[in-house]
Amino acid sequence: MLLPLAKLSCPAYQCFHALKIKKDYLPLCATRWSSTSVVPRITTHYTVCPRDKDKRWEGVNMERFAEEADVVIVGAGPAGLSAAIRLKQLATKQEKDIRVCLVEKAAQIGAHTLSGACLDPRGFEELFPDWKEKGAPLNTPVTEDRFGILTEKYRIPVPILPGLPMNNHGNYIVRLGHLVSWMGEQAESLGVEVYPGYAAAEVLFHEDGSVKGVATNDVGIQKDGAPKTTFERGLELHAKVTIFAEGCHGHLAKQLYKKFDLRANCEPQTYGIGLKEVGLDYQNPYLSPFREFQRWKHHPSIQPTLEGGKRIAYGARALNEGGLQSIPKLTFPGGLLIGCSPGFMNVPKIKGTHTAMKSGILAAESIFNQLTSENLQSKTTGLHVTEYEDNLKKSWVWKELYTVRNIRPSCHGILGVYGGMIYTGIFYWIFRGMEPWTLKHKGSDSDQLKPAKDCTPIEYPKPDGQISFDLLSSVALSGTNHEHDQPAHLTLKDDSIPVNRNLSIYDGPEQRFCPAGVYEFVPLEQGDGFRLQINAQNCVHCKTCDIKDPSQNINWVVPEGGGGPAYNGM
Amino acid sequence: MAELRALVAVKRVIDFAVKIRVKPDRTGVVTDGVKHSMNPFCEIAVEEAVRLKEKKLVKEIIAVSCGPAQCQETIRTALAMGADRGIHVEVPAAEADRLGPLQVARVLAKLAEKEKVDLVLLGKQAIDDDCNQTGQMTAGFLDWPQGTFASQVTLEGDKVKVEREIDGGLETLRLKLPAVVTADLRLNEPRYATLPNIMGAGPKASASGNGSADVAPMEAGCRRLGQGRPVNRGLPCAESQEEED
Repeated sequence: MLLPLAKLSCPAYQCFHALKIKKDYLPLCATRWSSTSVVPRITTHYTVCPRDKDKRWEGVNMERFAEEADVVIVGAGPAGLSAAIRLKQLATKQEKDIRVCLVEKAAQIGAHTLSGACLDPRGFEELFPDWKEKGAPLNTPVTEDRFGILTEKYRIPVPILPGLPMNNHGNYIVRLGHLVSWMGEQAESLGVEVYPGYAAAEVLFHEDGSVKGVATNDVGIQKDGAPKTTFERGLELHAKVTIFAEGCHGHLAKQLYKKFDLRANCEPQTYGIGLKEVGLDYQNPYLSPFREFQRWKHHPSIQPTLEGGKRIAYGARALNEGGLQSIPKLTFPGGLLIGCSPGFMNVPKIKGTHTAMKSGILAAESIFNQLTSENLQSKTTGLHVTEYEDNLKKSWVWKELYTVRNIRPSCHGILGVYGGMIYTGIFYWIFRGMEPWTLKHKGSDSDQLKPAKDCTPIEYPKPDGQISFDLLSSVALSGTNHEHDQPAHLTLKDDSIPVNRNLSIYDGPEQRFCPAGVYEFVPLEQGDGFRLQINAQNCVHCKTCDIKDPSQNINWVVPEGGGGPAYNGM
Repeated sequence: MAELRALVAVKRVIDFAVKIRVKPDRTGVVTDGVKHSMNPFCEIAVEEAVRLKEKKLVKEIIAVSCGPAQCQETIRTALAMGADRGIHVEVPAAEADRLGPLQVARVLAKLAEKEKVDLVLLGKQAIDDDCNQTGQMTAGFLDWPQGTFASQVTLEGDKVKVEREIDGGLETLRLKLPAVVTADLRLNEPRYATLPNIMGAGPKASASGNGSADVAPMEAGCRRLGQGRPVNRGLPCAESQEEED
């Protein structure tokens, strides 16, 4: 017994009908639909529903063109751009010619960049010692730092002594989106081929298993998975080395971890969502990070700063908080990982941009040495640049992360954050992080949620429209949009799990943790019960759902390039 | 057979999904760093030109854009969709504000004559100013027939049949070439500018072709006196107030 076929569009109906007949070799997802009775079909993306068995794709030309480059970089954020710029700087200096291609899913460089941001200029200065003359937008040096603990009504000030990681002397407040866009211009003038609006959707492999490059997304697929008349395949970009700089929790990195078993010897990554101060290892499924943020703005010590102001922008992004313990293996045959994708954020300092840039610089230098070395011998067709990881471990990035590695885990003890502060005071400030032990994290964020019946729902105050706001008007300000007629890029491995597990055990936390209102449990048209509705167009590409889903059923993949938020200097 | 040459005008506008913000001094909207893209109706015009070329009815497509340096990106997209050449009429950013349909029409008319094209295609209007005047004024300057709000365009020898969407329904005209046609929404669904085509369109600098037209488009430009949000007209009516609560 299949689902209400009358609701589906004609091509989808034909697809089902065809699949019903050819039951012997049904794709996995279709087998599930035909066996469970009332699971509405949600996921139509070709990563879950393969096209080679789909009748609607018969006769469609699936050939892809390919371009050859020396290095391909996925992601034009601080890390990716630093790597590209450094490669070209070295090439110019040594008069060598290397082709560097950079693909970025945002429609323009900087449009998907979101950060505080308080930049430690250390990494940036290595790339551009003359940044002031060049006019880089670092215009606001930090003059004062204030740190405090907020209780329900009051604020307990905490002194920031020099030497503590939160001390911001020498740092700059920047609009990271503008800085990234400036770096993009520098990269282009150095000869990097920058292609915004094209998302890397697939990793390509040589026959020996090493990474061959990436392929950009296909375009022109309907919402139900059928091809449109404008369907075109993506482009394959082949490279000797591919650098993956997708930022926190990248979707291609997720595949690479599995394929090369890169996380065998590290802890699971833990995350925060910024909105900034809300850690994602919370236990109460009734918690909504967005509404916590709105509530925070009304705190008596915060509200006066915001009063009279006007909300002009909104955005959200996950950040990694695992530190040294959660860094995976960084290199594999044919590629390597840089930036927030493996995760080099210094958590107590709340800064990861400077380390991301440095990782990009080191990657570029290591790759350049290999590419231009005369005695190059490689076991695999894709180059394995192990020197990158070695050089990173010798650099200031590793030293910095090592000294602060125990600060966040120290907050997991009985004394909570207070315990963490005491620990920091003793072991970081006095002993400079030299203690011989390394504390562990609690486990992955998705495992931390307790069942809803063990928790109390949280009563959030209504937004007042002056300082706090509702979700949907905020999402509109992010400028996010996607071509509506494409398969939802928030794919579910199993369409029945949201209602059967997430909703029944955890009261559907996805409707609360998504900062863009993508997930909604709506009542069924007939009968009792709910179904999950995915409003993929709202997505701001923060990756929180992929991280926090207690069933790890949601797999975020990249939508058609050019879609997503349109941040301006966020 | 295919001796016809087409000129397609494209405009770089703020992307439709972006929330517009008025500048604090109320002289205009914030455009710095804001996402821009090709006007959707211009995309439809480019698509129509490319389809005519694929049917071998048009031999060459020239894409033209007037404005500051960033217009080159828009021309590049047109090239990636299938145009053959691009012309960028550079107007410095400070003066671009005063560039209106009259000035652009003057430029297009001069270019159409200079390049000896048979067909000028434009979008019916731009989504930022909603003027819906450039196509009509261009035809006026050239003294050519015009078919605006086209939902179907068919070339028939030395004539072009244009089906127009008008308030009363559909009107079909047959125009003698050379003519001006402006594209409406239902004319076609534009193709994607895919990466291989963008790469083929070459680096940005070369998209400007034979740049400056010998017109001074800025004479008699309009000056904007002010810009602001619409005035709040008062409380919502009683029923909707209850629903909100």
